Amino acid sequence: MKRIYLDYAATTPTAPEVVEAMLPYFTDRFGNPSSIHSFGQEGKAAIEEAREKIANLIGAKQEEIIFTSGGTESNNSALKGVAYANQHKGNHIITTPLEHHAIIEPCNFLEKSGFKVTYLPVDKDGLLNPEEVKKAITTKTILISAMHANNEIGTIEPIAEIGRIARERDIYFHTDAVQTFGHLPINVDELNVNLLSISAHKLCGPKGMGALYVKKGTRMVSFMHGGEQERRRRASTENVPGIVGFGKAVEIAEEKMEEEAKELTILRDKLIKGIFEKIDHVCLNGHPTKRLPNNINVSIEFVEGESMLLNLDMEGIAASTGSACSSSSLEPSHVLLSLGLSPELAHGSLRFTLGRYTKEEEIDYVLEILPKIVDKLRSMSPLYKKAS
Amino acid sequence: MRDVFSLYSKKVMEHFKNPRNVGEMENPDGIGHVGNPICGDIMELYIKVKNEIIVDAKFKTYGCGAAIATSSMVTELVKGKTVDEALKISNRAVAEALGGLPPVKLHCSLLAEEALKSAIDDYFKKQGAKR
Ligand SMILES: Cc1ncc(COP(=O)(O)O)c(C=O)c1O
Ligand code: FES
Repeated sequence: MKRIYLDYAATTPTAPEVVEAMLPYFTDRFGNPSSIHSFGQEGKAAIEEAREKIANLIGAKQEEIIFTSGGTESNNSALKGVAYANQHKGNHIITTPLEHHAIIEPCNFLEKSGFKVTYLPVDKDGLLNPEEVKKAITTKTILISAMHANNEIGTIEPIAEIGRIARERDIYFHTDAVQTFGHLPINVDELNVNLLSISAHKLCGPKGMGALYVKKGTRMVSFMHGGEQERRRRASTENVPGIVGFGKAVEIAEEKMEEEAKELTILRDKLIKGIFEKIDHVCLNGHPTKRLPNNINVSIEFVEGESMLLNLDMEGIAASTGSACSSSSLEPSHVLLSLGLSPELAHGSLRFTLGRYTKEEEIDYVLEILPKIVDKLRSMSPLYKKAS
Repeated sequence: MRDVFSLYSKKVMEHFKNPRNVGEMENPDGIGHVGNPICGDIMELYIKVKNEIIVDAKFKTYGCGAAIATSSMVTELVKGKTVDEALKISNRAVAEALGGLPPVKLHCSLLAEEALKSAIDDYFKKQGAKR
């Protein structure tokens, strides 16, 4: 059976060029970058080359990029690192209800150790209002963290404006750019950020590989104490093949980003339009235009998300849902609920995220299959008859 | 080696794919209507009873794969049983008949058990009213 992968926000296939670039660093070029011999220096040169590519793509200096094990580590390091290093100035953190668990959970953790966290309001499309940021700031505020674009609903946030507000008040500003890096242009100066998290596996790079941009002069504590790697900010022998792969993924993204965004936007809009034409009682989650080029998130009434996913999977289509039934906590997506969606609508949410290797025929196939699945499930649903 | 990677057992998927006894029933002798308080899913179960024996059962379910498969299985299990026998069918028995459920999905089989109890309750009530 043909398999169609439309879950690029979860992870992406590693590009063949990336794998190829990584391979020699497992075998011939295995040296430890801290070693002074040629084996080590070869590894060191490779990681510095990757660092430069990443720095260049976001308008940062090379020494402002710290490699990490992924988006989760970058977010944890940013939040806890800044909070602990600046608690003499205050204990207040501002963030948003849209954040990934890799921000929410560190915030919960920090709340347990004496920090106060304010969650900003969002509108029905998941858009933040910079004015609300101004209102939330107190004399104790030391850090604001707001994601660049949301992984579930794709809404792109006014980060530059929020950053400007933070900068004017000398408050550290972090953004989780895991879903935008390599997909949308990013410039750290224009966004007014002090810290920015990225992850390689969302742009056809390897899993378990990320980075944190830390603006020069940012006070934060290190989260891995040990050797002198990453300017002592993150000890541990570098994941050289991962870093090389990340660098290659960034090189390709830089070249393809603009074109890919254009193509994906066309496919995205085709899929959204097709779903609305072919299925009744549907709504779009997330902002209609301030939206990631690859994100489709709809709620389909009277059907439950996990059962839609299973049916799609049986037809070879991989997607995702914010339904309570498909989370181990058995709670619907906190992102969808924060938009004011009823638990029922969150239950019937379906997310397709497209990517580099998505073809138009695959979108057509989804549009052929999905309405049949919805029909089948609605015919089984006790909610449908009441509505119809 | 597994050729298909799936959250659920083969049997669950088989019932999910081809659920038995889906739909409503005309003039049922008992209707069970229950909601799963944990995740918000809903099941309706209809039974037809003759001489204390459940001769037919149908369901409608809004829920996850496990909820649909257990609904389907419970309708199969009750057919031909006396009302008293049917009352003894536990959620575990339904799950076992399906070759087991992942631990996070065990609560879904409760929906099936409760819908059955609720349908039989309704049957008793209607019987009482007739007498
Ligand atoms: C917005 C966002 N932040 C953080 C993460 C975590 O990244 P990683 O899987 O690299 O730890 C993800 C992806 O899962 C994400 O989508
Ligand atoms: S019924 Fe909701 S998780 Fe199964």
